[in-house]
Amino acid sequence: MSGPPELYQSQSGDPPLPTGERGSRILAPLRAEGARGVAIAVVSAMVFFTVVIVAVLSSSGWPEIRRAFFDGEVFREAFPKIVDRFGLNVFIFVVAEGLVLAMAMLIAVLRSLHGPVFFPLRILAAGYTDLFRALPTILVIALLGFGAPALRLSGVPTSKVFWAIVALTLVYSAYVAEVYRAGIESVHPSQVASARALGLSRRKTLRFVVLPQAIRRVLPPLLNDFIGLQKDSALVAFLGVTEGLRESQIIQFENFDFTPYVALALVYVVITIPQARFVDWLVARDRRRRQTGVGV
Amino acid sequence: MNAQVNGRALVLEDVHKSFGKLQVLKGIDLSVAEHEVVCLIGASGSGKSTMLRCINLLEPVDAGRIVVHGEEITARGVDVNRIRQRIGIVFQAFNLFPHMSVIRNVTLGPTEALGMPRSEAEALGDELLGRFGLADKRGDYPDRLSGGQQQRVAIVRALAMQPDVMLLDEVTSALDPELVAEVLNVIRELAAGGMTMVIATHEMGFARDIAKRVCFLDAGVILEQGPPERIFTEPQEDRTRRFLQSIIDAGRM
Repeated sequence: MSGPPELYQSQSGDPPLPTGERGSRILAPLRAEGARGVAIAVVSAMVFFTVVIVAVLSSSGWPEIRRAFFDGEVFREAFPKIVDRFGLNVFIFVVAEGLVLAMAMLIAVLRSLHGPVFFPLRILAAGYTDLFRALPTILVIALLGFGAPALRLSGVPTSKVFWAIVALTLVYSAYVAEVYRAGIESVHPSQVASARALGLSRRKTLRFVVLPQAIRRVLPPLLNDFIGLQKDSALVAFLGVTEGLRESQIIQFENFDFTPYVALALVYVVITIPQARFVDWLVARDRRRRQTGVGV
Repeated sequence: MNAQVNGRALVLEDVHKSFGKLQVLKGIDLSVAEHEVVCLIGASGSGKSTMLRCINLLEPVDAGRIVVHGEEITARGVDVNRIRQRIGIVFQAFNLFPHMSVIRNVTLGPTEALGMPRSEAEALGDELLGRFGLADKRGDYPDRLSGGQQQRVAIVRALAMQPDVMLLDEVTSALDPELVAEVLNVIRELAAGGMTMVIATHEMGFARDIAKRVCFLDAGVILEQGPPERIFTEPQEDRTRRFLQSIIDAGRM
């Protein structure tokens, strides 16, 4: 029997190419080129980016752009304030993410229940995902954030942050439930048959055999949705809650300068990239473990 | 229930099974004694796999009944999980759990279905893995193992439930030829140990060797059955003769 087809044939003497590693597609071809190739790549990149930077900096509009978006003084003043208010975004999305993980799982499991008795639950779960994937997030936030406190019912919280978290949880649970469901359905039926044949109940089959495999497979798309949720925490500004975006806007009004937005943009970039690398690392670790066999 | 049924390890009576309009089993009758090894032979699609899956209740039967050690498992209201704990099945495609180490694959059933303490289950698992030459694989993940090793682990996983009956569904069909022997040796050892087994197989030499009785399935019924010497040398039915001839022509016997 022959092994799997070689996807990348490396020339003799060249170092073997990493195959199927996430995130290596930009650098991997360089390694194949050898030292001379790397040198060419470095020089080429330096020349290219120097030309681009010089072209931008010497353009007639650059001083204007710089004043409006990259004002160092405004940045130094605004950045700490924005980071401080961004703490509220972090609170909102961390709480919402925790709730989404649990609620989406519940919906996905309800939707995968077998048997005619569970028909109403399946309908409910399907209707839920259809509804909340259809509605714009900002509409749900407005509806609950403005609407619920306006009821003035006793026992109904009036905090806009509370309702913002509820709104984000409702919307993102619909997306994440679909991600989970795709993961659950991707586990081959023979795995279920195997577990049931051992005498495991449906519930234990789900818990020990289906979900662990499903969740491993959906980690990257799950992170996608979480990054979306983190960014959408800025929509809460619409309710007048002073989180990162609202704070940036306030400073912008004070200075007639857009640098605060750039500062906030920087914060988002800085928190997002490590998460993407973290998931790459998790996926790679899982793959390594399955193929090298350490631990029990 | 009569004594003849009560004293047997496994009895099938007039078992029918259809998938939609396709009738796969058209009245299967089979009685297996304790410690007996029965081999099912027959062309693909003759109903061997479906029959085994019905015995394990992975497929509900449409009509007829199945009795295991005096208990009618096809009766309404039986606890299918409890029944399956007594009937081990091993599949052609191994179906190990890829996210679990070998030892966890083996202990999952005992700990989660039988409620055995983890330490006890691991001791049992280690003993079985040792017996079948897999002791050094206990911490490995299935992807790392050869097909033969994976199938041996799958057999150990079923054995760890300490079943009354083992069902083997073409367990060597997905293996490279050089790996078949190691799996067949494991099954021989089980037979020598007195395990009651029903084995669907295409390995005629093996069936002849190990079976006390061979059943030839054709179009959803057991057309002919008897001791291997008779079935393989002087089959009564024309269909059986033609099937065996096709196997010989293919150079597989």
